[in-house]
Order: sequence, then C-alpha cells, then structure tokens
Amino acid sequence: MKLEELRFGTELLKRGFASMQKGGVIMDVVNAKQAAIAEEAGAVAVMALERVPADIRKAGGVARMADPAVIVEIMDAVSIPVMGKVRIGHFVEAQVLESLGVDMIDESEVLTPADEEFHIDKSGFNVPFVCGARDLGEALRRIHEGAAMVRTKGEAGTGNVVEAVRHMRNIMGEIRALQGKKSQEIVARAREIEAPAELLLETVKMGRLPVVNFSAGGIATPCDAALMMQMGADGVFVGSGIFLSSEPERMARAIVEAVNHFDDPTVIADVSKGLGQPMKGIDVHTLREDEVLQYRGR
Amino acid sequence: MGVKLGVLALQGNVSEHVRGFRRALIDTGVADGVVLSVRRSADLSDLSGIAIPGGESTTISRLIQKNGLYEPLVNFEGGIFATCAGMVLLATTVDDARVKTLGLMDMTVLRNAFGRQKESFEADIQIKGIDQPYHAFFIRAPVATKAGNGVEVLSRIDAGIVAVRKGQHIALSFHPELGTDLRLHRMFLEGLGIGE
Repeated sequence: MKLEELRFGTELLKRGFASMQKGGVIMDVVNAKQAAIAEEAGAVAVMALERVPADIRKAGGVARMADPAVIVEIMDAVSIPVMGKVRIGHFVEAQVLESLGVDMIDESEVLTPADEEFHIDKSGFNVPFVCGARDLGEALRRIHEGAAMVRTKGEAGTGNVVEAVRHMRNIMGEIRALQGKKSQEIVARAREIEAPAELLLETVKMGRLPVVNFSAGGIATPCDAALMMQMGADGVFVGSGIFLSSEPERMARAIVEAVNHFDDPTVIADVSKGLGQPMKGIDVHTLREDEVLQYRGR
Repeated sequence: MGVKLGVLALQGNVSEHVRGFRRALIDTGVADGVVLSVRRSADLSDLSGIAIPGGESTTISRLIQKNGLYEPLVNFEGGIFATCAGMVLLATTVDDARVKTLGLMDMTVLRNAFGRQKESFEADIQIKGIDQPYHAFFIRAPVATKAGNGVEVLSRIDAGIVAVRKGQHIALSFHPELGTDLRLHRMFLEGLGIGE
C-alpha cells in the first residue's frame, strides 16, 4: 500500500470518529490524574482544560484555549481520545490544537468568542470538530461549516440541566414537527430557521441530525445524563459535574452506567445511591445577561 | 424460523452495524431475518452471530464485565463479526491492561496502532477471498502484530495484520459498517451458513 493511496481527514473519517463516541460519556479534566480517573471510570474521551466551566465562570476575564502543556500532559496520560476547546472563530487556536494531535476540537461558547460574525471554517481541517447549538437551525449551520458532531449548548458550568433540556427539545421537536411535510414546506422552513435547505431536507428524511448529537451544558447527576439520553441524545458531555462533586470517581462511574442503562430506572436508582454531594449549581434565572454563555455564537 | 443476528449495544457504532446486518441479510436473500441489540446475556440466546462494534475498547470492556456479559460472550456458540474495538476484544493479548479481552482469537493486538485521529485514513486494501480491492476506513485503528493458532490472516498492510478469520469469527481493524460495500458481511454470513 503506497502512501499516496491513503486519504486523511475526509468527512467520513471525521463523522466516523464522532460515531464511535456514541453511547458514551465525555468528561472534562484539568490534569493527568483526573484524566486517568475518567478513563478508569469508562469515559469514551476526555476534554482537556485548564479549568472546568464552573471555574471559568468564577474566574471571569477572557477565557482562551488551554496551555498546550496541560493538553499534552493529558494526552500522554490516557489512551482514549483527547479533545480540546478553542474560542468561537479562533482558527489559529484550532490549528495549534490540530498540530498537538488532539482528536477532536470543541469550538466552544464556554471560552470568550474571538469572532462575533463567523465560526471557524471547519471543513478545511483534518481534525473533526464538535459545536454547540440551541436549536435546529444553529445545529445545521454548524454542520454546514464542517462540524462532525453537534452538542446542545445548555448552560455550561451551572450544574443545571434546564437549558440542555430546552435545546434538545428544540432540536428534536423541530425534526418531529417537520415529519411528513412536503419538500417545498421544508425548504420554506429552512429559510425561516436560517438553515441550509439541503441539510434540512436530509435531516427530515433521516428523522435525526446527519451527524452525532450529544448533550452538554449542566449535566450533574446520573439522572440528568439519562434524561438527556431518553430525550434523544447520542451521548453526553459532563463538564464541571464530575470533578466538582464530592466523590468524583463514584460520580464518573455512576454517570457512565446511567448512560448505558438510560432506559432502566432500577439501574439508575442503584447507581445513584450514596453518591455524595453533586456540584452545587446555579439557578440560570439568576445569571446576568452577560453571564449567559449560550448566547455566544449563533 | 428466520435468521437472528445481534449487535453488542453497550457503546459505539451500534446502529450502523444493525443497518449493515439488515442490508446484508436482504442482500443474501434472507427476507425474514431479524437483527437485535444485545445488552444482557439473555439477549444472546438463539443468535446465529453477533457484531462487536467499534467504540472505545476500554469502555466496552468495562461495560461487558459490569453487565455480566463476559462469560456469556466467551461461551457464545455463534459467529462474531468484530470491528476495530471489537477486534481488540477478541484477541488473547492486548497492549493495555485496562482491557479484559475475551481471548477468542489467538493474536496480539496493538490499540491505536497508527496514532491519533489525525492519522486515521481510508485506503483500498487487498483481502483474501475478495477479488477486487476493498475500500476500508481506519479510525484510530488497532492492528494485530501476531496471529497464532488457527487464525487465518485475511489482510496485512505495512503496519500489521488488519483482517483475520477463525472458524465463524471475523475480526477487522477497520469499519465495514461505515460504507456500503457488503462483501465482508457476506463472507461472515457465508461462514454462518446463511445465504447461497
């Protein structure tokens, strides 16, 4: 097999990578020790950060890509995929993470946006991207730019699942509402929600997003994770919810099992017993408008 | 009584395998075949074959043990169609103590043998028993470095062995379920005595 016959970074390889994560839990970690705990607990991947979202919220100021040294430390610690976050529109941070060999990039509203008009043109990268979305139009715009995975934005760092629920219901509800419609009607709806018409037609035909659809932003307990799975998520991201809980190892294992048995309340009950304190959490209605992360990017 | 196949549905590329098996059954002229998700040991009864999909082998291995599927899978009498993480799980030896393999195929497997996601690739490869090249998708793929007793090597590339067969089992480092080419599915079904 000659090298020129190999093809790298194709759409299928990027979406295929995302597809291997299905039914899994992707956990935020800030050092090698946490990464090892996440891997041991059964995480399918880790998100390498300098701070978890709740601490980014607390710290204030401009939140940027993590120190490459932290990311490399975490990549060296585990054999599962490692993801990293870049600011919305910051394609140089993305180039840097790609050069480090990160397996997937999260173009994330948790960091301070670098571009308020455009997201990164993700189709030009070999590394796959995941992006947040609050509704179907936003999800399809990100897929059109080359995202290989979509996740709900939720409201990161709050430990409050209400926004993730809202966003998952927006996405799945819109897909359900369009079932059985004529293609003309779907194209008209695509204009209203500012989605590429071809992608909306494909989505309605498949009855789901054409890429893997995870949930993120406020998941703090095994019940939260199972809730998002029952609402149609292909898997979950847990940010602050694990390492800001009183017993991270047990919480991590419990959330992995709850996702695996998301439709079996007896198992979820069992894994939820004596888990200690989940992260404290924030009522999203108490946030000032400039503290709401989900409004970043659209 | 129609043919019953299963897909180990703990984590990973499950729905693509279900679809792949369904297509392959129809393609081989089995009109009344069913494909079921396997999550507990009772789901394995009367299955002619199962797929162990790609995903994270550390995660799937943990969930196999947690769900009481380890012994039932080791003793499963049908064929196993194992892809990527599935190939890791069928091996006797793997370079990672966190993965408790089923040991059903005498081979040594390296996880992520090509490196990280940016080293994932597609390529046409030659497979024994299939006359034209096969377009394969390698995603953070493993390879076998050694195949032992009774394990037939079906395909080998520079990096190592990427397709093997033993009895009714077939293990592949790549992902036939991501494409539309059903020739390997057909080979698996033939091994089970299904189709012409």
